[in-house]
Amino acid sequence: MKKLLSLAMAGVLAFSVAACGSNDTPAASDSNAAPEAAEAEDAEAAAPAEGGVLKIGGIGPTTGGAAVYGLAVMNAANLAVDEINAAGGINGMKVEFQFEDDEHDAEKSVNAYNTLKDWGMQMLMGTVTSTPCTAVVAKSAGDNVFQLTPSGSAVESIAQPNAFRVCFSDPNQGAASAQYIGENKIATKVAVIYDSSDVYSTGIYETFAAEAANQGIEIVAAEAFTADSKTDFSVQLQKANEAGAELVFLPIYYTEASIILTQASTMNFDPKFFGCDGLDGLLAVENFDTALAEGVMLLTPFAADADDAATKSFVSAYQEKFGDIPNQFAADAYDAIYIIKAAAEKAGITADMSASDICEAMKTAMTEITVDGLTGAGITWSADGEPSKDPKAVVINNGAYTAM
Amino acid sequence: MKKLSKTTKSSLITYGIVVFAYIFCEIFMRTGHMSSLLKGILVPLCVYVVLAVSLNLTVGILGELSLGHAGFMCVGAFASAVFSKCMMETITVPTLRFALALLVGVVCAGVCGVLIGIPVLRLRGDYLAIVTLAFGEIIKNLVNVIYLGVDSNGFHVSMKDAMSLQMEPDGLVIIKGAQGITGAPTDSNFTIGVVLVLITLVVVTNLVHSRTGRAIMAIRDNRIAAESIGINITKYKILAFSISAALAGAAGVLYAHNLSTLTALPKNFGYNMSIMILVFVVLGGIGSIRGSMIAAVVLTLLPELLRSLNEYRMLIYAVVLIATMIFTWSPSAIGFRERYSPAKLFHKREKGVQ
Repeated sequence: MKKLLSLAMAGVLAFSVAACGSNDTPAASDSNAAPEAAEAEDAEAAAPAEGGVLKIGGIGPTTGGAAVYGLAVMNAANLAVDEINAAGGINGMKVEFQFEDDEHDAEKSVNAYNTLKDWGMQMLMGTVTSTPCTAVVAKSAGDNVFQLTPSGSAVESIAQPNAFRVCFSDPNQGAASAQYIGENKIATKVAVIYDSSDVYSTGIYETFAAEAANQGIEIVAAEAFTADSKTDFSVQLQKANEAGAELVFLPIYYTEASIILTQASTMNFDPKFFGCDGLDGLLAVENFDTALAEGVMLLTPFAADADDAATKSFVSAYQEKFGDIPNQFAADAYDAIYIIKAAAEKAGITADMSASDICEAMKTAMTEITVDGLTGAGITWSADGEPSKDPKAVVINNGAYTAM
Repeated sequence: MKKLSKTTKSSLITYGIVVFAYIFCEIFMRTGHMSSLLKGILVPLCVYVVLAVSLNLTVGILGELSLGHAGFMCVGAFASAVFSKCMMETITVPTLRFALALLVGVVCAGVCGVLIGIPVLRLRGDYLAIVTLAFGEIIKNLVNVIYLGVDSNGFHVSMKDAMSLQMEPDGLVIIKGAQGITGAPTDSNFTIGVVLVLITLVVVTNLVHSRTGRAIMAIRDNRIAAESIGINITKYKILAFSISAALAGAAGVLYAHNLSTLTALPKNFGYNMSIMILVFVVLGGIGSIRGSMIAAVVLTLLPELLRSLNEYRMLIYAVVLIATMIFTWSPSAIGFRERYSPAKLFHKREKGVQ
C-alpha cells in the first residue's frame, strides 16, 4: 500500500515537473529568440504590402491588491487597439498590444518593462500605478522609449522628458479641489480624512492644504488613517464633527469613502462631502445604500453615465466585452491609446523606426496635438508631460452623477 | 584534518558556483545574448540570495524563527538611501558612495538586531518570531509616516506631513512619508551584487565553521547541555542574530540602490516578504547555505520566466512551490529519492554484474 502511494505520488510529481519543464522551455526559448523575432519583424516591416506592425506595451497590476486598476486599463486599452485595427490602424500600421503584470511593485514593474523590451516594444502605455511608474520611467528614459501613463499621478512619475500622462497629477487635483471649494464658496471650515500610507491620498492632501490657505478655507481637522486601519472611521468623523466642519474632503478611494459615508450617517453627522477621482465607483459599491451618497461632490474627469456620444459608445462596448461598467482608469487608458494614435499620426511614425527615433518624434508631436477624449475635451500637453484639461466637478443626484 | 578539508571543500564549491554564475552571466551579457529581462533581474537575484543566506543563519544555524527579516532589510534600505541622497553631490564616485552607504545600512540594521536581541533572545520559545513579526510591521509603518527634510539649518523631522517640516525654500525633502524616497542614485550593479553575495557567504560559512559557530549550533541542538559546558547562551544568540540582521541590511542597501524609487509597501518590506525569504530558506533546506542560495535564485526567476502564461503564472508558481516542498521534505518522497537515486541504481547494477 505504502509503495503504491509513493508510486502514485511520484507519478504526480513527475507529471508536474514535466509540466513545468515544458512550460519553462517556451519562455526560455522566447528570450533567446528575441533578436530573431526582431529580425523577422524588420523583414515584415520591410514588406510593402502593409504598413507593418507597431508594438505598444502596457504595464500594470493584474494581480494583487491594485488589480482592479490594472485590469481596467488592460481591458480598455485592448478595446481601443481593436477599434483602431478594425478602422485600418495607425497610418496603415496594425497595432499590437501586450500587457504585462507588475503586481503594483516597482521591482516587478521593471521586470515587466524588460520583458516588453525583449518582445520588441516600440512605445509604452503605462504604468498604471504611481510608484512603479516612477521606477519604470527612470529605465525608459535611459533607453529613450516613449512612455505615456494613463493614471500614474505622482509628480515624479513623469519626471523624465520621455514621459507624459493622461490623468491629472496629484498636486493638480488637490489645488483644483481647494480652488473649486473656495471659488464656489461651498464651505470655509473643512475637515480632511486621508490615507497617510497612500501616495495618491497624501499627495492630494498636501497641495489641498497649501492651496486652502490661499482660498480662505480653514482646515479644522486633518485626520489620517493607514492601509492597515481602514475599516473604522468613527474616531476621525467624531473629531471632524467636534471641530465643526461644514465639509469633509475625502482625497481617498471609494471603498473607504463608502464606509465613511455610512458611519457618518449612523452618528448623525451630516456635512457636505467632497472628493477627487478616487471616489468614482462609489455608486457601484456592493451593499452600500446609494441614498447616503446624495449630494457628494467629486472632481473627476470621467463619469460612466455621462450623456455624450463618445462616453456612451465606450461604456456600452466595454460592458458588452468585459461585463462591467468601466471606471476612470479604463477611460484614461482608452484615451491613452487614442492619444498615442494622434501623436503617431502627427509625427509620421512608421513601424520600422527604432524605439529611440519614435520617442524623439513623439516628444515633439505630443506638444503639438489637441485631443478630445473621454476624460476631457481639447487636451493639450506641455513638454514636461503634464496634460492641460479642465477638471470636471460632478455631484451625485438621485443616484447618478450630474455635472455641477 | 580530513574533516576540515571537507568543510573547506564544501564552502569552496559554494563560492565556485557564485563565481561561475557571475562569469557565465558576464560572458552572456558582453556578447549580447542576454535578454533585457534577465539583465534587469540580476541585481534583485543577488538581493534575495543575500537575504536567504542571512536568514538561514538565524533559522538554520541558530535555530530561532524570525518573521521580520524584511524589517531589517527595510532599515538598511532606508538608512542607506537617505545617506546616498544627502551625499549625492558631496561624493561623486558611485562605488565609494555605495560602499559608505553599505556601511551605514549594515550598521543601522545590525544595531536594530542587537536592540531586539538583547531582551528577546534571553527568553526561551517562540518569542523571537512574535517580536520580529511586530518589528517588521512597526518599521514599515514608521517609515510610512516619517517626513525627513534637509536644508541649510540641518535636518527636519515630522510625523505629520511635508508642510510641517517648515524648511527653508532651498530645502530638500528626503523621505516623503508614504511616497518614500525618490531619486536616490542607482549605484548598485551586478558586480557589486555578486561581491556582496560572496562577502555574505564568506561571513556566514566562516562563522559556521568557527569555534563561535560550533557554540551557536550547540545552543540550537541542546540549550541545557551547551549552558552546562559554559557557553554564554545570550551572547552567542545575539551575535548570530545581529549578524543575520546586518546582512539583511546589506541586502536592503543593494535593493535601495537598484531602483530610483524606494517605498515601504506591504509587498516589498512587509510580512509577505519576510515569509517569502523564509520560504527560500525552508525550500533550500534549513541550515544549508548553498540550498537557500539556489532556492532564492530559482524562486525569483520562476515567476518571471512564466510570464508567457499570463494569468496562470501565479497558479503554476504555487503548484511548483508545493510540488518542490513535497519532493524535498515529505518522508515518502525522501524514501523514494533514496531508493531510486542515480548513484544507488548505478551501484546496484554494478553488483548485479558481479
